[in-house]
Amino acid sequence: MTDRLGIVVAGSLEKGVEVRLDGPVSVEDMAVGRYVTIEGRKQRFFGMITDISLGVTDERLTLTPPDVSDPFVAEVFAGTSAYGTLHVLPMLTIGGDAATLIEGPQPVKTVPAHFSPVKEASQRDVELVFGSEDERRFYVGTPLDMETKICLDLPELVKRSNGIFGKSGTGKTFLTRLLLVGMLQKSAAVNLIFDMHNEYGWAGTSEGGRPVKALKQLFPSKVAVFTLDEESSRRRKVSTDFAVRIGYDEIEPEDMVLLRQTLNLTEQAVEAIYQLRRRLGKNWLEQASDMPDSEETGELLKELSIHEATFQNLRRGLATIRRLPFIQSQAPDNAVRRILEYLDRGINVVLEFGRYTDITAYILVANLLTRRIHAQYRERMEKALGEDAAKPTPLVITIEEAHRFLNPELASQTIFGTIAREMRKYNVTLLVIDQRPSGIDTEVMSQVGTKITCLLDNERDIDSVLAGVSGKNALKSVLARLESKQQALIFGHAVPMPVVIRTREYGSPQSYKELLATGRGGERQAEKDIEELWG
Amino acid sequence: MERVGEIIEASTAGFVAQCYELYCSPPLGSLVRTRDGEVELYGIVYHAATGSLEPGRRPIARGKDEASEEEIYRSSPQLAKLLISEFSALVVGHKTGDALHHYLPPNPARIHAFVYQCPPDEVREFSRSLAFLTILANAHLPVSTDEVIAAALRRMGQAHDDPHSFLVAAGKELSLLFSGQFNQLKSILGRLK
Repeated sequence: MTDRLGIVVAGSLEKGVEVRLDGPVSVEDMAVGRYVTIEGRKQRFFGMITDISLGVTDERLTLTPPDVSDPFVAEVFAGTSAYGTLHVLPMLTIGGDAATLIEGPQPVKTVPAHFSPVKEASQRDVELVFGSEDERRFYVGTPLDMETKICLDLPELVKRSNGIFGKSGTGKTFLTRLLLVGMLQKSAAVNLIFDMHNEYGWAGTSEGGRPVKALKQLFPSKVAVFTLDEESSRRRKVSTDFAVRIGYDEIEPEDMVLLRQTLNLTEQAVEAIYQLRRRLGKNWLEQASDMPDSEETGELLKELSIHEATFQNLRRGLATIRRLPFIQSQAPDNAVRRILEYLDRGINVVLEFGRYTDITAYILVANLLTRRIHAQYRERMEKALGEDAAKPTPLVITIEEAHRFLNPELASQTIFGTIAREMRKYNVTLLVIDQRPSGIDTEVMSQVGTKITCLLDNERDIDSVLAGVSGKNALKSVLARLESKQQALIFGHAVPMPVVIRTREYGSPQSYKELLATGRGGERQAEKDIEELWG
Repeated sequence: MERVGEIIEASTAGFVAQCYELYCSPPLGSLVRTRDGEVELYGIVYHAATGSLEPGRRPIARGKDEASEEEIYRSSPQLAKLLISEFSALVVGHKTGDALHHYLPPNPARIHAFVYQCPPDEVREFSRSLAFLTILANAHLPVSTDEVIAAALRRMGQAHDDPHSFLVAAGKELSLLFSGQFNQLKSILGRLK
């Protein structure tokens, strides 16, 4: 469909252009979020419909409306005295000048001239803008009312931290699964997924209760499932690769700081942790919580100038941690080392939390492991820079409930805040999944490269997701009107312009076949490349 | 082509023609054609009248003892010669060679030029552009402009294969012409059916 929709009649670069609809085009056939092309005199513009409104040439029409039950009268008035207008935000220029021919679509720097004709974007236009599926690009969905595939350049995507946002039940998990499958196939990165609700490793369920295959079922050789709760995994018939245990001696004061809120620790108690660690050494946690109420203890506390109440407060907190069954006095194996081993072999790791969906466990484990893994990566990266050794494989860490880690209070302290800010310097990036983006520190949000957001309806959440985006107000109306299922708005680093997609299907046998087919195609491509390279 | 009369009065904007037969003037709103040398002039009939040949002599009622209207004319055959029908047309365009122009010709029509009623083909050809509506809309006529416009469009519509889409297109043109006069527009549209 490349029929003319109307002509540009007014507008500005900042606010977008007004398009007056032609008579035969019905406003009811238009939709916010759809793409149009504007044929300027020298350039072609690619834009998105952000608002639709009605206009009349004569105010009296609104006071004494014509009798539109007469189809003739209705037809005469449509598009002449009473007309529809579209508000279009031009985003890119395609074709036209030399730069766009060589480098592809360019961001707009001007608006089309008066009365330039506006057409619905054709499949080819959309392909020109978003590229077609290839060994780098992964098909994530289709634009509204079109069959064209919207593809994400995954190696480019994983260079920055990314975010998936949306109210609960809008399809964040499905989107994440899809994106992870894409990363598995098309990017050179490995994933470490902190899977709070056991949805990514083995089977999950759809909203309708239908079982849905997850990563390990689709790519058994590329994914390892680690678990904190073997029993739960066994009950769900998940074949796990490793049971994670954490020793008391592995817990550092820094790990405790983050738990201040969830464990209800006072400021002084946190101070006391550092002092105890200095005094008691590596085994501080066990020793501190086992201290008898003796005079000796009193002496020690006095010496460290820790108040009795503070100490009790701390002990209650430590007791909560010790109650977590996967925390043991001596861990049989070093979880961090095992995870790194797998990651180094290019195998993606999903860490299931089993029954321990409590946020204390999640924050503690995710932070503890990530900090150590990040430290290792940092070391290797620095070595790689100094000795010209191989750089470590890019790592993407997926975390859920991100506002608990990245809220303004904690963002400066947690390792995730550091990763989000340092970005790709050490080849580690984040995939943040959250339903309350307003709870995430603005500094961290501003560093998120590509944002994929499903429906959000809280004003503050919408504001925080769209902060710093050009054409924010226009996108706001698009975002608030997404359907609650299978629709998402993608904008940021990995896409040339904001795009609303109908998410690719995931969960039917056909969809698995398609997903695997593209993967195998990629492998075949790799084999072919090798063949070509070595003859 | 049907010859309908002969011009007895002409000006740049229009002409008056006398019919050869009593009561045989072309209908209101029909497209007629006449000639000034090489230029063919098109007009739209906006007014028709029948009256006494001599201005001072008024007709008198004659039918008191007659059974029907026709009987009056039969018993007084001189009537057909003493009464005349004439019609007025507004010039809305002209044709030089093969080129149709929907604006006024350089010269008015000549006295005694013949006036023909346009056949459907010619009406269709002429009404391909609706620019003549501007001339009609701006004319000061003794008859209501709304009526003339509506009558002209109705008649033109009949010459088209799809009268509805012609009328819709014309309606849209009118809604631009009368964008400030909503009530007038409404009354014309109401008369188009």
